[in-house]
Amino acid sequence: MATGSTPRQPEQAAPADGLVRAPSRAGILARLGRVARNKPVGAVSAAVIVIMVLSGIFADFIAPFDPLEAHVRDRLQGPTLTYWMGTDNLGRDVFSRVVHGARISLLIAIPAVVLGVGAGSIIGIISGYLGGWFDLLVQRLLDASQAIPSLILALAVIAVLGAGIDKVIYVIAFIAVPWNGRVVRGSVLSIKENQYIDAARSIGAGNLRIMFRHILPNVVAPILVLVSVLLGAAIIIEASLSFLGLGVPPPEPSWGGMLSREGRSFMERAPTLALFPGLAISIVVLAFNLLGDTLRDIWDPRLRGSQ
Amino acid sequence: MHRYIARRLLLAIPTLFLVSVAIFSLTRIIPGDAVVAIVGDTGNIAPEQLEGLKARLGLDQPFHTQYLRWMRGVVTGDLGDSYYTRKPVVDQLRSSIPVTMELAVIGLGIGMVFAIPLGIISAIRQDTVTDYAARILAILGISMPNFWIATMVVVYLGLFFAYLPPLGYIRLWEDPVRNLSQFYLPGIVLGFQLSGTTARMVRSSMLEVLRQDYIRTALSKGLAEGVVVYRHAVKNALIPVVTIIGNLMNALIGGTVIIENIFALPGVGQLTLGAVTQRDYPQIQANIMFLAAFLVMINLLIDLTYGWLDPRIRYS
Repeated sequence: MATGSTPRQPEQAAPADGLVRAPSRAGILARLGRVARNKPVGAVSAAVIVIMVLSGIFADFIAPFDPLEAHVRDRLQGPTLTYWMGTDNLGRDVFSRVVHGARISLLIAIPAVVLGVGAGSIIGIISGYLGGWFDLLVQRLLDASQAIPSLILALAVIAVLGAGIDKVIYVIAFIAVPWNGRVVRGSVLSIKENQYIDAARSIGAGNLRIMFRHILPNVVAPILVLVSVLLGAAIIIEASLSFLGLGVPPPEPSWGGMLSREGRSFMERAPTLALFPGLAISIVVLAFNLLGDTLRDIWDPRLRGSQ
Repeated sequence: MHRYIARRLLLAIPTLFLVSVAIFSLTRIIPGDAVVAIVGDTGNIAPEQLEGLKARLGLDQPFHTQYLRWMRGVVTGDLGDSYYTRKPVVDQLRSSIPVTMELAVIGLGIGMVFAIPLGIISAIRQDTVTDYAARILAILGISMPNFWIATMVVVYLGLFFAYLPPLGYIRLWEDPVRNLSQFYLPGIVLGFQLSGTTARMVRSSMLEVLRQDYIRTALSKGLAEGVVVYRHAVKNALIPVVTIIGNLMNALIGGTVIIENIFALPGVGQLTLGAVTQRDYPQIQANIMFLAAFLVMINLLIDLTYGWLDPRIRYS
């Protein structure tokens, strides 16, 4: 029997972290309040993410201008009362473009991470649970796909498929699979040594039932930590590709595209052009990373304060 | 140890094989006619000549024959000519490698010099203002996109100090001073990006070591704190850090693509990016194969080093 602790154990050990099931609505609010008090950094990060999601959803109402509308007479302005973050070389409102950029970032990052994490989790669970030659084969495949640096892999796939939002989603999903597959497989290896797995098998549960009814719920915690970090990484990869001109096609407002090299000469005349899209990326990615840290703290007390 | 080395070496072979198949088939997903059309575009070839061109490029052969021919090229160093410049792709790759290597070494050097002390101080002063500041710095390094930092550096240095990074790459042995003046800014940006992950890893590993019994023993027998930290703790804390070098290399290579683009350095990243925009498949294949083989070798070296540093690993 393995002595390594499973991700479930912290729950019993540390109810103060607000993981006890709350029966009522007030209970949920109180729980959230408690988590926010104990983990102020995590709470602020979650708030930042909520703001980003809301501005993505309600971009049309928040943005004062159409992100593609050119105000030719107001080109390359610094921040003013009309244009809060200034205007670009075509006179487009940078604030409106940053708000709409949040939407594009999420429209790419969320499906990419869902796809990648879904596939990675299934692969990780099957591979870790079955073991043997299948595991060995999957390990080699994951090794191979991680042997190509992520950004280079993305460039290669886009060289073949061409640029475009859907292709960027597939590429990021593909990059996420091995990362997630490894983490899940690692957790499964220790979980499957537990007695309740033997118990399930002894009452006649099949492999599929054991994998998805007994093991899957126990790997949700590490997966959620990873989802948070991967969402941040997905936003950076998308922005990097758009920055290189190989991601979101130009007229669309994407954070990476707004910083692209073609705009450099204009940034010298209106330096705030370089500032705001990058700030947006950094703040959002920072929030996802900090939220990931907080979730890890909550679910894995062994690592508390060590990251 | 011998068995451990043998196992690691054997595991690297299927990985490299799978990578080579993947890279090769990636560019064969598109039909051969499309490739010929691209070549035709760049070289103004008449439609009647397309069949001949297809035969010359070997695109009329079955897949496995093409793959074997390409693999022979990987071994002998003949990976064909660029669709675009008509020069052998290996020559172009070879001349761009020193640029990327120099950038990588400077970036990695700056990153480590910055990250390791940061992680150590952060762990020793856990939960103090110093620790929080160091952790904020580290997580910023992870969260701020390198292309933004680089763009800000170029734009704002130009604005405040009228400073422009020197253009036109000069080789290190031709004019070391000018060469280094081209590399230190990109090196710092790259180093900052790499230092985030490293500092976090050093900190958590250091915290773990500081809780060990032998540290308490050392302290209780009256050794000075400095001696305990540097002689006993740091050495052991840096061992697990070796394992993240593989991940760092992944980030580093991605980083060089971006940094070389912004600072106009003619390295492997620039070459690959150019090849991707021009759909120059032989060049793309050669570059990726080189980078992947490099990464596999580095990971192999890391595994071996780790097994050598920490005997517990090779017996598990």
